[in-house]
Parts: sequence; C-alpha cells; structure tokens
Amino acid sequence: MQKIYMDNNATTAVKPEVLEAMLPYFCEQFGNPSSVHWAGRMVGGAIEKAREQVAELLNCSTAEVVFLSCGSEGDNYAIKGTADALKDKGNHIITTSVEHPAVLETCEALEKDGFEITYLKVDHDGMLDLAELEAAITDKTILISVMWANNETGNIFPIEEIGTIAKKHKVRFHTDAVQAVGKIPVDVRKANVDMAVISGHKIGAPKGIGAMYLRRGTKISRFMHGGHQERNRRAGTHNVTGIVGLGVACELASKNMEKDYAYVRNLRDQLEKGILTSIPEVKLNGHPNADVRLPNTLNVSFNYIEGESLLLFFDMKGIAASSGSACTSGSLEPSHVMGAMGVDIVLAHSSTRFSLSADNTEEEVKYILQELPPIVQRLREMSPLYHREDPTPLSCDECRMVKKAC
Amino acid sequence: MYTEKVMDHFSNPRNVGEVENANGVGEVGNASCGDIMKISLQVENDIIQDVKFKTFGCGAAIATSSMVTELAIGKTIDEALILTNQAVAEALDGLPPAKMHCSNLAADALHEAIKNYREQSA
Repeated sequence: MQKIYMDNNATTAVKPEVLEAMLPYFCEQFGNPSSVHWAGRMVGGAIEKAREQVAELLNCSTAEVVFLSCGSEGDNYAIKGTADALKDKGNHIITTSVEHPAVLETCEALEKDGFEITYLKVDHDGMLDLAELEAAITDKTILISVMWANNETGNIFPIEEIGTIAKKHKVRFHTDAVQAVGKIPVDVRKANVDMAVISGHKIGAPKGIGAMYLRRGTKISRFMHGGHQERNRRAGTHNVTGIVGLGVACELASKNMEKDYAYVRNLRDQLEKGILTSIPEVKLNGHPNADVRLPNTLNVSFNYIEGESLLLFFDMKGIAASSGSACTSGSLEPSHVMGAMGVDIVLAHSSTRFSLSADNTEEEVKYILQELPPIVQRLREMSPLYHREDPTPLSCDECRMVKKAC
Repeated sequence: MYTEKVMDHFSNPRNVGEVENANGVGEVGNASCGDIMKISLQVENDIIQDVKFKTFGCGAAIATSSMVTELAIGKTIDEALILTNQAVAEALDGLPPAKMHCSNLAADALHEAIKNYREQSA
C-alpha cells in the first residue's frame, strides 16, 4: 500500500542532511559544551555554528537566538517571562482567539494571576481586524502575541503591520512563528518583532528542539532556572544534537525556500482545486486568497461527515492527514480555530487538514483525488444528516455538564 | 487505539441505512458533540425483524451502531431493552476510555426506536 504523509504541520520527517550532521555529536563529540576540557571544547563551535544558521534564517544577530526544547516552551517563556518582567508596567495582554494552545493556555493561566487578556476575534476567513487590535491597546498593555501563521488553516497574519502598530504604541510583540518558519520568509527585523518562536520538528529537524529570537535588550524573567547556559536566558545542558540539527534545517530552509514554496504550492493548489471541483458541498476553511495562506496547507470540511471517520478511512488507503473534529482534538469540542471563524458545528467536526511538504509528489495528489470522493460518498450515505429534512439536533445538556465538571 | 472488532465494524459496517416501512425510529446525540445515531426498526410480534442505522460520528460511533444492530436483530423488544451501551462496547472488545461517553450511544438509540414503536402501536 502507498504511504502518503500529508500531516507536515503536525511534524515532519528529519531531513537526511540534518541527521547526517547530527550523528557525530552522539558518540564522538559527546561533550558538554559548558565544560572547559577537550570534550567540551569539541562541541562549543557546533552550537555557535547552528546559532548562526538560525540567525540567518530569521535575520537577527546570533546573540539574539536562544535555544530551548520546543515551540511550547518558547511561547511559555516569551509570555510568562514578559508578564513577570513587566508586571509593574501593566497587566494587559492582547492575543487572538486562534492561537496555538501553547499561547492560549498560557494566557489563560495568567488570567488566574490577575492579568487581563484580550482575545481578538477573527472573521469568517480567519483574519484579524487590525483596527480592533490597535483599539484594544491601553496604557496597561505589556504584550501583543499573534502567531505568524495559523497551524490549522495556514492563514498568514500581517505580522509586519502588527509590528508597526506595536512599535507605534511601544508595546512588546511576540509571534509564534512555528508554522511560518521554513515555509515563508520570516524576517524578524523587518517585521519589528521582539520575540519569535520556532520549532525544529516542523522543518525537518528532530522533535525536542526549538529556538526563540529574543531582541537585544528585551527584559524578560527567566523561565527555566539553573545553569548559565544561553547567556543566562535558558538553563539546562544544551541539546547538542538537536541544536546542530535545527541549525542545518534552518540553513536548508534558507537555501530552498523559494524553490520549495513554488513546488509545494503547486501541489497544494492542485489538491485544493481537485477536491473543490470533484466533491460537492465542501467548504474551504481559511482565506480564499491562497497568497495569504501557507503554501502547504489546505483545510476543508466535507459536509455531513465526521473528521475522525474520514481520517480512519484515509488511513486504510495509506493517507495521513488530520482533523479538527472533537474526537481528534482530545476534547469534547471541535477545533477552537473553526469555532472562532464561526464555522458551522457540523462542518467544524468534519474539518480536515492536508499539510504538504516538498517530499510529496504529483502522483500522490492524484492518488488522493482518486481515493477521496468514494470515501466521502460512502460516509455521507451512512450519515443521518445527509439529505435530511428535519433540523439537525444541536445541543447536548449532558455534554455541558461534563464540560463543567472538567 | 481501536480494537480489531471496532475496526472491522467500522470498515464494514453491518445494516447501514433505513428500514423500509419502519414501525420504530429513534435518534440520539447531537451535532455539537459530533455524534448522531439514528436507528430504524421493523418489529413484528414483539420481535425485531429488521434494524438499520445511520450515524454521523467517529469510528467508535459507527462501530457501536453497527454492533447494536447485530445484537438486536431477532431479539424480542424486552430483550433489546436490557441491552446496554456497556454491553455494546464489550461486544466490540472495548472502546478507548475517551469514547465511552460521547460515542457509545447506540443502545440508547435502539431504546429510543423501541419507545417510538411502542408509542406508535399503543
């Protein structure tokens, strides 16, 4: 059976060049870079090289790159570290209702500590109203946190414009750039960002490594206490192999971005067009203008059917994708991103995301376009909502109780 | 995540559709939870002669619906009424814990259909 992986926004395969660069740092150059002896010295250079590779991709100086364990850590550090460092200045943070849980739940935790959070709404296309963002700024606002691109829809937010607004009002600006980096240019200087978080495993480096751009002079409280690594900004022995891998993945991204963008976008556009033309009652989730979406992401809802069922049938055909249905989100509710966009509840449960990479091929797209319509039709025939005359039953008292109990 | 039996009933669901000239129809669940199950019955002399389902929901929802139709067919309505969601899950060699609440409603749908049959025949 063919195996087609189209869930690259969840994670990517480690690139062969990345793995190759990492290998010497397991058994041969295994030292702790903080050590003074030969074993430690063998490794220090590798970390600084990786720092240069990351800095080049993000267009910042090497001193502004902090290595950490993952995107979630970076978001936690940026937000909690800012909240603590600037708590005497204010207690208001502005973010969006479509952020990754690493941002949303961190903000929710801060609310319990007395911070006030504005969660900006998005429109039906999943985009922000920048006038609303600017109007939300008060003299108590200490941080704006807006993702560079959304993981579910692929929508790209106008980070440069938000950076300009943040600068005008002298408010710190953090962006979760985990999905954007490597797919589209992420220039932190040009965008006037103060903190940007990236994750290795989304760009062909292994899981368990991430980095944050922390603009020089940005006052931030430590998140991880301990040793003096990373100029006292992040304690913990360096994940040397991960850092080396992240560096090479960033270098490859810098080198291949234009080529990969064009290649992946062409495949995604073929898939998008093919699905929308061959299957009736499919809704595109995200901005209709593909220029303001990541080149690799397609999110569609197949009306009347539930996402997990669809994924299981895909899986039987070797196709790996993801869904925003409650069953796959691990909660009782479908995707918060679909909810924020006002997507109909049945369509939210049926939202399906294909996220491609440069490893995908045109043959794979053709295979999906051939396998998909009968699967959708089969599940529709099984659904009591298909060709239904009665109104769809919508609410569940029991679930609300369960939710409250949680 | 799912047992072999769940995957079997999910990928080859039994008794999909709607019974023609059904004399009992029941539906449970709702769109917010992402599971809706509809069962239709043909009952004669208090025996379930035919039963079919239509389900909007995840793998567990479809598998439990399929299983409940197999368990119910040929049973008297009194026997069918003591069939529980738990028993349906057990017949499938179990469900993941997260699915026990939201996707395990098939016996409830069957009971609703029987209730509807009794109301109609009363």
